[in-house]
Amino acid sequence: MPQAVYIPRREARGKSVVAVELRDVNKWFGSFHALKNINLSVPRGQRVVICGPSGSGKSTMIRCINHLEEHQSGEIIVNGKPVAQDLRKIDEVRSNVGMVFQHFNLFPHLTVLENCMLAPVWVRKMPRMAAEELALYYLNRVRIAEKAASYPGQLSGGQQQRAAIARALCMNPKIMLFDEPTSALDPEMVKEVLDTMVSLAGEGMTMLCVTHEMGFAREVADRVVFMDRGEIVEANTPHEFFANSRSERARQFLAQILK
Amino acid sequence: MTDQSLHPPIVNVALMPAMAPPADVRPGPVTWIKRNLFSTPSSAALTICFVLLAVWLLHQFLSFAVIKAVWSGGRDACRANPEGACWPFIAEKFDYLRYGAYPVSERWRVDLTQTIGAILIVWLLWTRAPRRKLAAMLFFVFYPVAAFVLLRGVALLHLPVIDTTLWGGLLITLLMSIVGIVFSLPFGVILALGRRSDLPMVKAVCVTFIEVVRGVPFITVLFMANFMMPLFVPDYLTPDRLLRPLIAIALFSSAYMAEVVRAGLQAIPKGQYEAAKALGISYFDMMRLIVLPQALTIVIPSIVSTFIGLFKDTTLVAIVGIADFLKAVETARVDPNWAGPTISSTGYLFAGLVYWAFCFGMSRYSQSMERQLARGHKS
Repeated sequence: MPQAVYIPRREARGKSVVAVELRDVNKWFGSFHALKNINLSVPRGQRVVICGPSGSGKSTMIRCINHLEEHQSGEIIVNGKPVAQDLRKIDEVRSNVGMVFQHFNLFPHLTVLENCMLAPVWVRKMPRMAAEELALYYLNRVRIAEKAASYPGQLSGGQQQRAAIARALCMNPKIMLFDEPTSALDPEMVKEVLDTMVSLAGEGMTMLCVTHEMGFAREVADRVVFMDRGEIVEANTPHEFFANSRSERARQFLAQILK
Repeated sequence: MTDQSLHPPIVNVALMPAMAPPADVRPGPVTWIKRNLFSTPSSAALTICFVLLAVWLLHQFLSFAVIKAVWSGGRDACRANPEGACWPFIAEKFDYLRYGAYPVSERWRVDLTQTIGAILIVWLLWTRAPRRKLAAMLFFVFYPVAAFVLLRGVALLHLPVIDTTLWGGLLITLLMSIVGIVFSLPFGVILALGRRSDLPMVKAVCVTFIEVVRGVPFITVLFMANFMMPLFVPDYLTPDRLLRPLIAIALFSSAYMAEVVRAGLQAIPKGQYEAAKALGISYFDMMRLIVLPQALTIVIPSIVSTFIGLFKDTTLVAIVGIADFLKAVETARVDPNWAGPTISSTGYLFAGLVYWAFCFGMSRYSQSMERQLARGHKS
């Protein structure tokens, strides 16, 4: 059985060592300036935690990376390819960038297994048997293989979020985006999702994660990016950021959430 | 300092066992009747009134349609009995009501077409049947051709051509409604997607079509199809007189269907689209695999309501001279040979029962469909 094919890609295939690059990115919602001159470069394999008060543009920024939001000026380059208007190119970028949402967004009319198989079958044109094998491999990895035949509505929040992570991983993405993956969960389920993310980080996946879980940031992040009012205020190693953040705004934010 | 005697700490060590509900809350027919029908004196009075009314209505109906009805004999037996329905009249006119003026020697072709159609529809609608994809292909590709060949006839196959002016009765009603149903759903979906499209031209065309068609009464659409279409297209391209109302009915019901489908599309959360897009799924696949299956499931009741409305609206084609089932009943009713006191009531009662049977069937099927789909993904 050609099992080796489905082991997650660890080595870079492209030449570029920069996974995501944002250059002078600006975005407006109507006349509201949501992202202000964002510059950020994420090397392959780096784990970045993005934090900041609500409405600071964290989600908008990572949603621009796979073009769920459109940026109006500047350049976004993902895996060496610019994210632009061209629909086909966007789909290509998207199929290599996994995304996990705050509200899971599993497809409720499909079983967990079918949720995971959908994109490999229809985007990667993988045979059903191979897609099923792949889906079970990742469901096993997020430890919910026994729920493969259940519908999302029958799962707890934590299980749904792990299924959503497995669904994203089934596309063998080079980059994973997490948009507040634990914010909608009951407190006792946060840990199981964070554990899954920690183990993913341990494998060298490039990760951009919007989260308020500072424990997670301390443990796995290579870099913490602090945003406020649409701009990047501070980007630093977690140690530096938590111990002696240089900006007043970051210190205020940390004082608020680390009470 | 809190006073321990007022607020003693609560500590439950043993697990409390579950108990059976007491008799007056235990579910059962007696409890249900007590709670729902006789909870207060006024509710009891209302219950009794409605039961009496229902019994009286049922009695009236049964006495006309069954007890006092004429079941055998001829027109004289019917004339002698002004109290009950005249079923021999329906028996004699039954063939006319089914086929209209379709030549008697060729009626087997209608029977064959309808039998094949019925088998394919059952095969298609029965969700546990094997090889439903084959059934769909046969029904949507092979069957229309077969039905055309059989009903209209092809001289080459030694099937004499039967002009559509001779078609009539239930044949027309079924033909109109099946064509309407089969076309309105896909066109409705396309129009609904178009109306929600980001492309301004596509959107404008769909909105204009939907709003114009919905803003005009069906009878007007029929007249337009019948009298104006020949003015716009050259003679040799003018569609058959039966095809014109068929086109009208398909277009008319698509506009309504589009709005029903749009309601379903609007109920799908944005997150579903985003999740699909984030996986790199194309627009077409996203709609086909994720959005439409959910949206259509939500609006099954409204879709079937539209189908039922369409089925009943086919009676209006009589206005442009097509002899549908109701028109056939009307023609049979005024036959002087059968003049009698209850002929009209019997004819209309029969027509009502036939329409009701079809509509009730559709409604029941949609309900079983809803239950089946709900079982799938609700916890």
